[in-house]
Amino acid sequence: MSTLLRQNWLAAVGGAVALLIIAVALTAPLIAPRDPLKADFRHMNKPPGAEAYFGTDQVGRDALSRVIYGARTSLFVAFSAVLLGTTLGSLWGVACGYLGGRFDLISQRVMEIFQSFPDLILAMAISMAIGTGLPAVIVAIAITRVPFGGRVIRSVALSVSAMPFVEAGRAAGASQFRVMALHVLPQCVAPYLVLATTHLGVAIVIEAALGFLGVGVPPPTPTWGNMLADAITGLVPQWWLVLFPGLAITVTVLAFNLLGDGIRDSLDPKLAPTVLRLVTGVGRGARSAGATAASPAPSAQGQPGAA
Amino acid sequence: MQKYLLRRVSFGLGTVIGVSLIVFVVLRILPGDPLVALLGVEGHSKMTPADRAVIMKDLGFSDSLPVQYGRWLRDIASGQLGRSFFRGDTVRDLILHRGPLSAEIAILALIISWLVGLPVGILSAVRPNGLADAVTRFLSILFIAIPGFWLSMLLVLALLFWFGYKSPILVVQIWENPWQNLQIIIGPAIVLGLAQGAYIARMSRSCLLEVIREDYVRTARAKGAVERAVVLRHALPNALLPVITISGVLLGFVLGGSVAVEQAFGVPGLGRALVTAIIERDIIVVQNLVLLYALIFVVVNAFVDLSYAWLDPRIRYQ
Repeated sequence: MSTLLRQNWLAAVGGAVALLIIAVALTAPLIAPRDPLKADFRHMNKPPGAEAYFGTDQVGRDALSRVIYGARTSLFVAFSAVLLGTTLGSLWGVACGYLGGRFDLISQRVMEIFQSFPDLILAMAISMAIGTGLPAVIVAIAITRVPFGGRVIRSVALSVSAMPFVEAGRAAGASQFRVMALHVLPQCVAPYLVLATTHLGVAIVIEAALGFLGVGVPPPTPTWGNMLADAITGLVPQWWLVLFPGLAITVTVLAFNLLGDGIRDSLDPKLAPTVLRLVTGVGRGARSAGATAASPAPSAQGQPGAA
Repeated sequence: MQKYLLRRVSFGLGTVIGVSLIVFVVLRILPGDPLVALLGVEGHSKMTPADRAVIMKDLGFSDSLPVQYGRWLRDIASGQLGRSFFRGDTVRDLILHRGPLSAEIAILALIISWLVGLPVGILSAVRPNGLADAVTRFLSILFIAIPGFWLSMLLVLALLFWFGYKSPILVVQIWENPWQNLQIIIGPAIVLGLAQGAYIARMSRSCLLEVIREDYVRTARAKGAVERAVVLRHALPNALLPVITISGVLLGFVLGGSVAVEQAFGVPGLGRALVTAIIERDIIVVQNLVLLYALIFVVVNAFVDLSYAWLDPRIRYQ
């Protein structure tokens, strides 16, 4: 673990910040100085000061409390969307890579079609179709993540499927499902982790953009995106209402991206062969397969398309 | 080459048809009545069922889904693309009026991204792990994480503070007043261009680093070519292919990102039209605009693939 830290101090910083933000989100009711929804008409549009560190908004709500509660919504949406979308996509990818044939061919076409939409535009259209609200936003973002998960993990599963131990499993008479679940799937866990971490950053940006455009989680629930949307409803936007929510988004996305890059680098066999088993706890097979598939893809193709 | 071309084009056509089907199906599973969205809950409840049926028939929502889809295809073929619920003008007029602004933004952003990203990438690859490399890597990681629409808001805020910036209300086309037109598009183009430039710098750096270890680069050095010629003439052309590809992938980023960035700058482009239509639930406008965005993405990526095959014979003969 210490070698991992030394080689990858940026990733360690990213991980620490990410943990901190998650902790803030979890303990929001304890650490937020005020109720994020309570309007106070005696203290409207106050700049940051001793009374309100991030200032107050047009109806006197405390911006710091709203940013803290916003972390809750944003992270909940992002984690749910990734857990749903990236996971479903990855399982689909495992099936494609292992089964091959016509199923794989058709699945690939479907995923390509979904990837032809710019992420944000697809998410907007879907969340319009199924109605605004927290679940709609989660499903909309999750759907944009499915094809990316599917295509990356498929290539991992494809190379794993060609390995002797998979053949041995088949030769021993295991069913298709058993081979997939017990032999192929575990080897895909490490690349999945890399992918999921990177997707968290993307999901946070999409969620914020949806909120900013007024098609995300509806107010009064504070999210970083709809706080930014609120900030420009007035004639002259107040700088603190623009600065802090956006800073929260940037720091969070940066933290997850650094963490994802770090995990990916430590999975790369050329850089640190011993670390892989440490991180994933799986056998040796994943090393060659996982790294080849995971290294170019998540950062190159997982990211663009958001805002 | 022709065989490859044919294969690629038919592939793209299949994708476009799939895309149109998905757009259509997604927008027809809307919960509730399109009339409620159109008239508001109160207006809707005041109408008699007979009136409702008449309006639904007028708008074409009472037909079966395949018939509706067929009519949409006919609208596309006629070039009119159907009508907005609220504005009476056709979607074609909307695109012709608002589209040029968004297209200019996208193209200018692309140019900026190459002008910024490529030199930066080369500079940090020439001396890996040097100071310039560290700075550019840090900046590119940062610019990838900053949401474009937030950067836009900060810029607008600064411009407002120092220059009394006002967001444009009317569309000014480039052929009407190039100077005013430039003032509208330059902000969004810079924001989108920098974000893309960060990816391009990152990509060109890693590709160049890979190529620079190749034997033929060593040969070029051995025969006495100056370093400048080695990098620019021998290494760079071979490192550019993946950068061109990522530029095509990045277009999705620009198309999606421009929607939010236009909103932040208050630019009356196509992206804002799409946001307005989605909030108003103007289904006909939404389905055509979403299709258009996906279509541009598919076509550009087909061109990227073709240029790739044109630049690299190995792909052509696969």
